[in-house]
Amino acid sequence: MSGFRQGKARRVSQNPAIELVGIDKSFGAVHANKNINLKVEKGTIHGIIGENGAGKSTLMSIIYGFYQADRGEIRIDGKQLTIRDSQAAISAGIGMVHQHFMLVENFTVLENIMLGAEGGQLLAKGVSEARAELKRLETEYGLDVDPDAVIEELPVGRQQRVEILKALYRKADILILDEPTGVLTPAEADHLFKVLKVLRDQGKTVILITHKLREIMAITDEVSVMRRGEMVATRKTAETSVEELAELMVGRRVLLRVEKGEAKPGKVLLSVKNLTVKDGRGVTMVDNVSFEVREGEIVGLAGVAGNGQSELLEAIAGIRKPASGEILIDGQPIAGADPARLRALGLAHIPEDRHHMGLVLKFSEYENAVLGYHRDSRYGRAGLLDLKAMQAEAVEKIAKYDIRPPNPLLKTANFSGGNQQKIVVAREIERDPKVLIIGQPTRGVDIGAIEFIHRRIVDMRDAGKAVLLVSVELDEIRSLSDRILVMFAGRVVGEKTADAGEQTLGLMMAGIAA
Amino acid sequence: MDFFDIVVSILGSTIRLSIPLLFTALAGLFTERAGVFDIGLEGKMLAAAFASACVAYLTGNAWLGLCGGIAVSIIFSLIHGFASITNRGNQIVSGVALNFVAAGLTVVLGQAWFGQGGRTPQVSGDGRFTPIILPFADAMREVPVIGPLYANVISGNNILTYLAFLAVPITWWVLFRTRFGLRLRAVGENPGAVDTAGISVTWLRYRAVIAAGFLCGFAGAYLSIAQSAAFIKDMSAGKGYIALAALIFAKWKPVPVMFACLLFGFLDAFANFMQGKAVPGIGEVPVQIFQALPYILTCILLAGFIGVARPPKAGGVAYTKER
Repeated sequence: MSGFRQGKARRVSQNPAIELVGIDKSFGAVHANKNINLKVEKGTIHGIIGENGAGKSTLMSIIYGFYQADRGEIRIDGKQLTIRDSQAAISAGIGMVHQHFMLVENFTVLENIMLGAEGGQLLAKGVSEARAELKRLETEYGLDVDPDAVIEELPVGRQQRVEILKALYRKADILILDEPTGVLTPAEADHLFKVLKVLRDQGKTVILITHKLREIMAITDEVSVMRRGEMVATRKTAETSVEELAELMVGRRVLLRVEKGEAKPGKVLLSVKNLTVKDGRGVTMVDNVSFEVREGEIVGLAGVAGNGQSELLEAIAGIRKPASGEILIDGQPIAGADPARLRALGLAHIPEDRHHMGLVLKFSEYENAVLGYHRDSRYGRAGLLDLKAMQAEAVEKIAKYDIRPPNPLLKTANFSGGNQQKIVVAREIERDPKVLIIGQPTRGVDIGAIEFIHRRIVDMRDAGKAVLLVSVELDEIRSLSDRILVMFAGRVVGEKTADAGEQTLGLMMAGIAA
Repeated sequence: MDFFDIVVSILGSTIRLSIPLLFTALAGLFTERAGVFDIGLEGKMLAAAFASACVAYLTGNAWLGLCGGIAVSIIFSLIHGFASITNRGNQIVSGVALNFVAAGLTVVLGQAWFGQGGRTPQVSGDGRFTPIILPFADAMREVPVIGPLYANVISGNNILTYLAFLAVPITWWVLFRTRFGLRLRAVGENPGAVDTAGISVTWLRYRAVIAAGFLCGFAGAYLSIAQSAAFIKDMSAGKGYIALAALIFAKWKPVPVMFACLLFGFLDAFANFMQGKAVPGIGEVPVQIFQALPYILTCILLAGFIGVARPPKAGGVAYTKER
């Protein structure tokens, strides 16, 4: 930086605040970041948008030294840096506000802010310095907070402010916020945006990670879109539109059209009335949702991931307790029923995350093939399992669903994603349920298996079952569903027929149109 | 013996019986505040007692004995750290394993080296920490009330006793007034906060277990070369577990830890005193009843009579960065 340029104007060098070149990161088989290139200019608010699981958080964790990239380069202010740990990131002037706050809950604000930047072996000196510095930050950015308050007694918005102060206290020039508004009330979010604008105007660079288009449009200068681990586009916010971003975010995917006849809906089998569901932090995820699914129809639930579909599915499956509202299966209320009871009532559930909920990966194929139905008298009695009967049935299902390799004794972890999903689908469908609820039926599944699974879902419909389908793949929803409900921010914002255009649905998913 | 003499005598032995508990509970305070459960306190104390007795016997120097005890105890701590911090093993299993190793190894080595059935030879003279008579102890003896208390409770203890009580304010100071202490308390509550602040969780937890090893070394040395004059098989006799109970009872705070240890020490002293004595109105009670008192109290206290004891939140959980 040349000397004469300093002083008058705010010092702005030509270099971007952060430049990423070819960042690549895999976790085992999951390719979280694929060859990411990104430039973030100084003194801007740069949004990074993408669905849950698109790889945004991984990318930011790489910048903050939580993970190391397998390949690629990070340049801060033009200089290539190796960020081995958070310490290196902090000294490079990077601060991060994590989605789940990294605060010690029974510490005071002051203690949390000092942690890691105590200014010496003894605390006494640092404490008075930290107090003075907090006062300064308060006047400079309008971030007031009581330094002696204990974190767990503060509202979430305040806790987040402490996280921001932590970064500023460490002299961060680049502030990364990971889904900062997820836990905030709208008023708190508005206040946060004001603070971020002040920070930008003072010359800081802000990176805002979110899956909410509205926030991107409201406060960013530039926006980059991620999809499935790839950086698909970067736009000036002023030159783009919600429609374009929504399309970039959800993406188009060539999907085989599913051949299916006219639906013949019969009586109502699944009925959800005024259902409200909260997550572990007490945030409302499903907000007063009502709908019905009839026999012989597939109802698709579309929406950008994270808008309450998962929680809705879990509530119907008996995994998550609703805060209020009613769920009826074939006219019977199921309040308080556990998954075992629900199965007995004729509900089958193919969970969104087969590794987390659908399968025990360390079990053999045949064990997973009966999981949840293992109390059935077919598989043994008096608490003893009839392994022969279990294996014989597993062999049948393997043949019927073309699960490969055809070995019921093989450990489930050794099957491919598509075949694992077939194990789950076979288990749930072959019990001949009345109601089938399905989350992300083809996530991480190869194209051949997708076709097969879609075929089975349509067969279920034609056999007069009620099917509720949740998927973040809009094409999948459109090709399978007879009716489409769109969820946004925990509410069902509209219902469309299967021939609704992608554009229309995309806007509804973004919360723009109803 | 009038009532006052009895009180003085019981208080005197309360102090003596509390010391190993106090060192050990403070040791546990360091690891548990850092989020590492340490059920192996018992084993560390026992191993340190053995090592102290051996070194003191061989060198005739109690201080070298103490150093030997500390060294062995720290080695045990490092094994626990390697298993549960570096390799993220189960902290309870690792601690229990160390307890077994200590119980077995001390006897086997003792028998192999000294051939006295697992005992170590008696140490005497400079090989032991002997009672220190504080100034004016004899002169004050005649002063009513204060005199006997000073002479028999406060004076006449060995140096380790005084160090134990000194360790309480030092522990408090380290935990609440130093950078190390702040980080240590933080890592036991939310290691993620420590990690994102650019501090190594692993190294911090290792330092905590080393501190625990250091303090357990004092406890062990106290047992074998201050309170007694030799190592005896299983001489820690569950004190490590009582110390853990005291730690929980005291809600992981240094000064309450001291009082909790004194309470357990008092119960122990009282049980000793009641041996063979008749309880007014009941008659002679089997001594086992009194010996069981500390354990019964532990059960009752831990069953919820102490209010909500909020343990360090990250206790017992190995730290892995989440995705």
